[in-house]
Amino acid sequence: MDALNNVFVNIAYAIRGLFADPQSVWANLVMSVINFIIVVVIVVLAALILILLERKVAGWTSQRPGPNRLGPRGWFQTIADALKLMGKEDITPAGADKFIFKVAPMIIFSLPMMTLAVIPYGSGMAPIDLDLGIFYFLAISAISTVAFVMAGWGSNNKYSLLGGMRAVAQMISYEIPLLFSLLGVVMITQSFNLGVIVQDQKNIPFILIQPLAFVIYIIAGMAELNRAPFDLVEADQEVVAGPFTEYSGLRWGLFFLGEYGNMTAVSALAATVFLGGWQGPGFFPGWVWFWMKVGVIIFFIMWARWTFPRIRIDHLMHLAWKVLLPLSILNIFLTGLGIYIYRLVMGG
Amino acid sequence: MTIENTEELILNMGPQHPSMHGLFRMVVNLEGETVTKIEPKLGYLHRGMEKLAESRTYAQFIPYTDRLDYLASPHNNWAYVQTVEKLMGVEIPERAEYLRVIFGELARIASHQVCIASTALDMAGWSAWSYAFRDRERICDMYEMTAGSRLTVNIMRIGGIIEPPAEFWPALKSFLNDTPEMIEEYNGIFFGNEIAQGRLKSVGILSKELAENLSITGPVLRASGVNYDVRKAEPYSIYDRFDFNVPVRYGCDSYDRTIIRLDEIVESIKIIKQAVRDIPEGPVMAKVPKVIKPPVGEVYHRVENPKGELGFYIVSDGTTKPARVRIRPATFINLQMLPIVCLGWKIQDVVAIFATLDAVLGEVDK
Repeated sequence: MDALNNVFVNIAYAIRGLFADPQSVWANLVMSVINFIIVVVIVVLAALILILLERKVAGWTSQRPGPNRLGPRGWFQTIADALKLMGKEDITPAGADKFIFKVAPMIIFSLPMMTLAVIPYGSGMAPIDLDLGIFYFLAISAISTVAFVMAGWGSNNKYSLLGGMRAVAQMISYEIPLLFSLLGVVMITQSFNLGVIVQDQKNIPFILIQPLAFVIYIIAGMAELNRAPFDLVEADQEVVAGPFTEYSGLRWGLFFLGEYGNMTAVSALAATVFLGGWQGPGFFPGWVWFWMKVGVIIFFIMWARWTFPRIRIDHLMHLAWKVLLPLSILNIFLTGLGIYIYRLVMGG
Repeated sequence: MTIENTEELILNMGPQHPSMHGLFRMVVNLEGETVTKIEPKLGYLHRGMEKLAESRTYAQFIPYTDRLDYLASPHNNWAYVQTVEKLMGVEIPERAEYLRVIFGELARIASHQVCIASTALDMAGWSAWSYAFRDRERICDMYEMTAGSRLTVNIMRIGGIIEPPAEFWPALKSFLNDTPEMIEEYNGIFFGNEIAQGRLKSVGILSKELAENLSITGPVLRASGVNYDVRKAEPYSIYDRFDFNVPVRYGCDSYDRTIIRLDEIVESIKIIKQAVRDIPEGPVMAKVPKVIKPPVGEVYHRVENPKGELGFYIVSDGTTKPARVRIRPATFINLQMLPIVCLGWKIQDVVAIFATLDAVLGEVDK
């Protein structure tokens, strides 16, 4: 059990051990490169699995089989899709702002790799153990708004522009409750470090102490990801595909990869902060527990997407500013009160 | 700060747009996302139906009417053949009348299911869409047993209808048994959903006066509080024999325009149950001459199609081909409300309002 739990950590030690001085600059550099490659593999693998899972979940919720032709039960569908995307012509619209148009998908794709780098996947398995983990995570994920606006503006298409402007309104509104919902946990643990937050959930996951914050986080996270019922940015019935309207081939595929990578990142943060990360009641190694928790949240997000209709744009704003924001502030207040009483009682 | 030199964004939606059912096009002026002007542009599916009729014999034109409102093709057939029968003075057998009612009401259910499904889909309610389409499949299967085709069902004949095969009746019975459960499901996944209600309730108010002035018909009119249904106002076929209500709602908004179709499905099921109970044995075709030559004259006949009032006006010059055919399509006239009602709403709401009109472009453009 212990060996399985630490299998990746041991591999890392073994690689370090190949160097004459395991703490030398070269060893650190090589380890960084390996960690980076692992994160890239996680993003790409997650996208490959999630795109298929999404279509399967869509099938299950709407009572149809979903993809079932290619490979066993259609499990190779995504690979075929990816190959198809590679074969598509790469079109840049004539009136587009070419530089912005081409950079936007790359930014979107790079963000989940940066955010997933600070997540602890198991005990001692964070690729980068940042003390400001949560802060860094939120700061990086806020950049995606800029990328959406770049795509919307650079395409020189009215639908794209409308979608880009919607992205600004929506994502900035939901950033605030998202951030505030995490503050309760930070107050309890007194740390921004995700590893410390997971350690503190040894006895009880924070979802039981902070249920309101968890609900706010999931709702705001779905809005932040532009997932239905908050997918106004790419609402195909209204603005065709929003900022992605003019993209084709691999550039469009990068948006897709970025979307699923971001979904993994947001779910991974939820699993880390609220569900106890790699802490589990035994049976499996910690990293298996972690991915199971992430899977549950991703399944929930997909389930919601295929069940609910899209929310109206003014209701979207009301929900953010009049419901989620006051509730998240209330949660911070209640958490503070709870900590104060706890200290009074325990004499801390 | 004052902003100078601003202008409205002119957005062209359609004819190829994900939410423009078929080939509808509208040019929308936007102030931000608020609609200030809408200009519908029609005619992308114009096939010259009325002119085509002049070069076809009376019987040859029946399949063309399938392509008018292709979601309720038996109704189009029905309206046309009844008009010709009225012109010729043909009495059709009892059993044929009952079968026509059964197929007509099945088509109404199927058409309303598509309306509910596409309204849900235009708001990204994917599961509601596939639930409604799943149930519509069973009606399509019944069409297929009878006519061989699933969409453009050509079953009505001048002087009668074709007899459905024996396996049609058990399929119909099991469908009728399952309908309460279906309606429960639509309520659960779509009409009861808070987000869906938020999208539709008090959006796109079509007042009673405006609806009457624009001569709007069908569920759209009845959702604005007017109790008008051709089946009751001017009973055709054998509708005076059945006990059913005309659902009327008074909300005048998109929500009522959608949910009234669910009420109508319930009423249609009532009618079909009565028709199945009372249907007599006997022939399904009247004795009509091989070559149909109506006497000189002209006639107008209208029926209640799922989308509204569908009328046919035929002028006969005593030959085998009609001298002139004029079609009064329901949704073409209902579409008039779009530029008036949508003003001031967001582009998102325009999509929802357009979906609740249940426009079928085959009928609009003819």
